Amino acid sequence: MDFGQTEMERALAEPLTRFLDEHYDFQVRQKRLLEPRWRPALWRALATDLGVLGAALPEDVGGLGGGAAEVGAVMKAFGRRLVLEPYLSTVVLGAGLLRATGDAGAADLLAAVSAGETTLAVAHAEPQGGYDPANVTTTATARDDGFVLNGHKALVLNAAGADHLIVSARTRGGPADRDGISLFLLDPATPGLARRDYRTIDGGSASDLILTNVVAPRSGLIGPVDGALPLLERVLDEATAAVCAEACGVMGALLDITVEYARQRKQFGRAIAEFQVLQHRMVDMMSDVKQSESLALVARLKLESPDRAAAVSAAKSRIGRACRSVSQAAVQIHGGIGIADETPVSHYFRRALMIEQQFGSSDYHLDRYERLQFEAG
Amino acid sequence: MINLDMALEPEDAAFRDQVRAFLAEKFTPELRREAERQTGVFANGELTRRWHRILFEQGWVAPSWPKRFGGAEFTATQQYIFSVECAAAGTPALPGMSITMCGPVIMRYGTPEQQQFFLPRILSGEHYWCQGYSEPASGSDLASLRCRAERVGDVYVVNGQKIWTTHAQYANWIFMLVRTSQDGPPQAGISFIVLPMDTPGVTVRPILSMSGEHEVNEVFFDNVEVPVANLIGEENKGWSVAKFLLLNERGGGSPATYAKSHLTQLRRVLASADGGFSDALKRPAFRRKLAEIEIDILAIECAERTAIQAMARGEAVLDDAMASIQKLKTSETLQRIGELGVEAIGQYALVDQGPALFGEPAAAVVGPDRALTPVATYLNMRAFTIFGGSSEVQRNILARTALGL
Repeated sequence: MDFGQTEMERALAEPLTRFLDEHYDFQVRQKRLLEPRWRPALWRALATDLGVLGAALPEDVGGLGGGAAEVGAVMKAFGRRLVLEPYLSTVVLGAGLLRATGDAGAADLLAAVSAGETTLAVAHAEPQGGYDPANVTTTATARDDGFVLNGHKALVLNAAGADHLIVSARTRGGPADRDGISLFLLDPATPGLARRDYRTIDGGSASDLILTNVVAPRSGLIGPVDGALPLLERVLDEATAAVCAEACGVMGALLDITVEYARQRKQFGRAIAEFQVLQHRMVDMMSDVKQSESLALVARLKLESPDRAAAVSAAKSRIGRACRSVSQAAVQIHGGIGIADETPVSHYFRRALMIEQQFGSSDYHLDRYERLQFEAG
Repeated sequence: MINLDMALEPEDAAFRDQVRAFLAEKFTPELRREAERQTGVFANGELTRRWHRILFEQGWVAPSWPKRFGGAEFTATQQYIFSVECAAAGTPALPGMSITMCGPVIMRYGTPEQQQFFLPRILSGEHYWCQGYSEPASGSDLASLRCRAERVGDVYVVNGQKIWTTHAQYANWIFMLVRTSQDGPPQAGISFIVLPMDTPGVTVRPILSMSGEHEVNEVFFDNVEVPVANLIGEENKGWSVAKFLLLNERGGGSPATYAKSHLTQLRRVLASADGGFSDALKRPAFRRKLAEIEIDILAIECAERTAIQAMARGEAVLDDAMASIQKLKTSETLQRIGELGVEAIGQYALVDQGPALFGEPAAAVVGPDRALTPVATYLNMRAFTIFGGSSEVQRNILARTALGL
């Protein structure tokens, strides 16, 4: 295994970090929270100036031919700045699924993603499903011209403003069967598709989708009919590894912000950074960050391996815990201002909370790890 | 939860039944629904006023005040029973600035005129108080406060700023610590004054918490004139008044019952199961965490009941160190309950339920009903280990005073 940084990672991360330092500081982000879902100009800059959107896509669709390492570098940089742009949903989930299907028809769409001309949202979760992608009750009934979809998809990241939706629906079998799940590429303007938009706790955007007799043309089916679950699971693991990397950026920023604050905040005639108890807490934060970086690396190194799921669960469970302890320590050390909405630390806190519960909580992943590692026949 | 039966004397058992009857009649289903929606450290201003009024009409709004000042003068046991029953019913968490903080200070340090003016209005709820203590540069180190009150004739002219002022947006009066002298150590130049919030020069600026809730504020004082008659206690002796207030506050209430009421709320979240992540109780990891929290609360409750019984028998007085330890354990246990609440709603923890919680009109909750409050509650509870003396400061004090270190 090669544990080092790739050349492409470095080449990607440095300009991106500088770009975000200049164009995406906290004040800019606060304004950004009030704006519509994504900014085309910024999105195209990420594509064309920085090569970020296509970094992990093949060269034949205008990408740079990179992979999970590059995704991780981008997500980490985004985590440091709490970037709201729909990279995870479009590139990691959406483009990830399109690539995984191997469908020739996906090439045009992938090229558009690379070029920053389109956004995607993936609807896999359902209200009753918990974190289990096999728990799908949205149905897709075959007919001559295509499929008719009915059901309810929940917590679809960045659905508002997405140019395309990918929806998992059941073409066969019972509610939790692993067989019988298919994927459909839908035009958001298709009749029968109703959306309820809301904010996520980090200020981002998500939606619930209600599908009432939504007609998906034959050409909208992507991947194998009835057999899409393994693809979905693999891409969800890739997304989980991606947020693990993002979490390292979030936690690294929390540590830096907290140390800086402790150095300049004076009480009882001295900087609070001089108090031993707080020093120890900050050291513990650092140790959590370092451990998380190692586990995030493990997760992305194992994405092509047979033990992918166990590795991703190992990382996500531990990193989820670290998100909690690092963010709580940051707020505690900041005192009152850590609770206020108007300072950065509380925003990082909420993103850390979201990552902890996203794509499976720590307990969910520990359960999965235990099942895979201790119950294997 | 394991029940620790208090074996009440007949008159205390009768009192408990009286409290239960009162709650059954006056704590209506509608009020309960409102109380269940609260995610802040305290109930919001409107609910606070409503419940305060109901308690006032019953004569129970000030359980620990002496009768001669209009209070119910409950015994320690009765106060405890009252807290326990109210918390079990899920009544609103009323902010303590009026009844628990300001009232006792005025009873102890106020002139007869001040007592006659303020105490009845605190009881009736006509005066809604907030507390002006912390400043941007004076949090844990409160004695370093800088808000100045300069004596000019028969007024103090106040200039400065307070922060984290809970419910300043609802309050019509404020009690505050101000600097009336620069001589000597910082504590020796502090005075305790009160003034109406509509005094010219007073400005309130909301501070939104990370939950989206508006509980605290900044309050600015720009050449605010306060009559010297509004000084409580002696000039430059305000620090002792502040210490009295703190000790008094710590003695009252029941940390265990407050923690239990949050546990009850968590159980309500768990009980409204409709599949998926509400099956939290079936998960061993979740159950283990819940069990450990219940056991910690059991310990806190047992210590409380031990102390109450000993005090009722005249065998002991309030143990400051133990009260501090109880508060410390309770705030940390409460935060763990907050965490479990988030875990219980799984992926719906991602949703910002602000529009449903604070919108006017309130939007519908996103997802199941039980997803409404847990995240905002968890976010607000981070304040428990910070406000009212951070956990670090409390541990320092305990090390010094209880262990002599």
